[in-house]
Amino acid sequence: MTQDVKQQIKDYIMAEFLPGESPDELTDTTPLISGGILDSIATLKLVMFIEETWSVAFAPHEVDKENLDTLESIMRLLGRKKPELTR
Amino acid sequence: MAALHDYLIQAARRDASATAIVEPGVGTISYGELDRLSDRMRNRLVALGVERGDRVGLYLRKSIDALVAIFGALKAGAAYVPVDPGAPAARGAYILSNCAVKVAVVETTHADNLRLELESLGARPRLLAIEQVGRAGAGITAALEGAGPEHVSERASVDSDGSELAYILYTSGSTGKPKGVMLSHENATSFVDWCSETFAPRASDRFSSHAPFHFDLSILDIYVCIKHGATLVLIGEDIGKDAPRLARLIADERISIWYSAPSILALLAQFGNLASHDLSALREVLFAGEVFAVKHLRTLTELLPAPRYANLYGPTETNVCTWFDVPLPVPVDRTKPYPIGQTCSHLRSRVVDGQGVDVPSGSEGELCIAGRGVMQGYWAMAEQTAKSFFKGADGTPWYRTGDIVTDDGAGCFTYLGRRDRMVKRRGYRVELGEIESGLYRHVGVREAAVVAFADDDAGVSIVAFLSSRETKRPSLIEMKRFCAENLPLYMIPDRFTWLETLPKTSTDKVDYQQLKAMR
Repeated sequence: MTQDVKQQIKDYIMAEFLPGESPDELTDTTPLISGGILDSIATLKLVMFIEETWSVAFAPHEVDKENLDTLESIMRLLGRKKPELTR
Repeated sequence: MAALHDYLIQAARRDASATAIVEPGVGTISYGELDRLSDRMRNRLVALGVERGDRVGLYLRKSIDALVAIFGALKAGAAYVPVDPGAPAARGAYILSNCAVKVAVVETTHADNLRLELESLGARPRLLAIEQVGRAGAGITAALEGAGPEHVSERASVDSDGSELAYILYTSGSTGKPKGVMLSHENATSFVDWCSETFAPRASDRFSSHAPFHFDLSILDIYVCIKHGATLVLIGEDIGKDAPRLARLIADERISIWYSAPSILALLAQFGNLASHDLSALREVLFAGEVFAVKHLRTLTELLPAPRYANLYGPTETNVCTWFDVPLPVPVDRTKPYPIGQTCSHLRSRVVDGQGVDVPSGSEGELCIAGRGVMQGYWAMAEQTAKSFFKGADGTPWYRTGDIVTDDGAGCFTYLGRRDRMVKRRGYRVELGEIESGLYRHVGVREAAVVAFADDDAGVSIVAFLSSRETKRPSLIEMKRFCAENLPLYMIPDRFTWLETLPKTSTDKVDYQQLKAMR
């Protein structure tokens, strides 16, 4: 399940924000926001995608660099909100 | 001194046997011979109907022949109009018909094509065809001898008070049609005199002629050299971009004053193998035309620390209007391009806001220039000419450069970018040139050019076109991460497109029009 969810998020980021990039370059620890891959608008798009796909809701204070800067931290946040997704 | 051709006449009088022009590997011509041949060219042009105030087109590669034609035209009282023979004939024909040249001097190989293109525009100038251009003047000598005796009657060279047009240089207009920038003898001589004062050339100097004659860098090359009785070394297009051969030529010809666009110097620094050549004759390295990326300037000055380096700035409309003497060494941690410097002594400057009001010292504004070096206007474009000037309180016409600068409080200007290269993105003002200098800091980046496109979604989308020295290009993630560390987030390009090399204009500047078409 975890791998599935993570892969879907990764696919979304690749398709939307890194067209043409080799998937191997995007790892669990690649910085997304501090690495310039997600700007503020892209971050909101990603949040909307996650919210709609897995029916979760992010509080405004959660949409920040600490929670969303890497695939790893996104999965951690998701795990806190909906543990079954990351089991 | 009122006319450009007087430089030649006087230099020939001082030392007729001195070498005026070198075609490397082919031959040379002396001052006396260049003066005599251009007298004959003048006679021929007059016989073909050229009168004071007319235009003479040049459609031939850089050569002794071309210089004979230039001085012949000037001596006849005409303005010369150099056209890039490497560009499509339709463009050349447009230019020559636009300013209604009476005669066009053309290489025989291009003559038929040019005639057809001219006729399709309804223009029928006399064509003076030259065979074998680039054989140390043999071609033009033969063409002048081929004329019958009725064409050799002696005429006097025209005296000028300086107000007549000396040349028209066409620059690409943003509308797509080239604009003819009209420059008078006085415009040119005031600039040449400033060069004399600033760079103190000597008769023993050997000047490079790297820029094509339709590019305004050639004005310094040709006339500063000839004024001082020095030697001009012509560098053709074939060798002009070939860094290893170019470096060898600079050494072999013992060039002492070099002037070119920075992109050529960047190529020389990277690929010229400069350390293996004796370039000890080189004493001045001048560059103009675009921003010199600091990392390439640093490499160059480390390889060649002896010469003086000067950044010359100015649009064709003013020729050089500010300049900066680059202090060496270039600090290892410097990434910011050098200033464009102080206003040349023959000109005046001011910095104004969008309403034409002077901004306080230190604030951003558009650089405007007045004085003897400023163009007479655009050929047959009264409206464009009027738009490019505004009148000062005392009636002085000020030319608006379209370039945004700040001044440091002591009259030294820093270039910030083109008025028309500023875009708004998410409310922020973004200067595309600033993104470019950010990208240049990446070690893998050899060339960078940034273009903004209108985007329905985001308002504007910013695309970086890049070329790399490495065979393995930096990844997209790597570039984005690098930008995030070096630029404000709102300046990070939306897309990165890697090319083998960036497309260039005939004057070796990045061709932004082509990049815009590559979307």
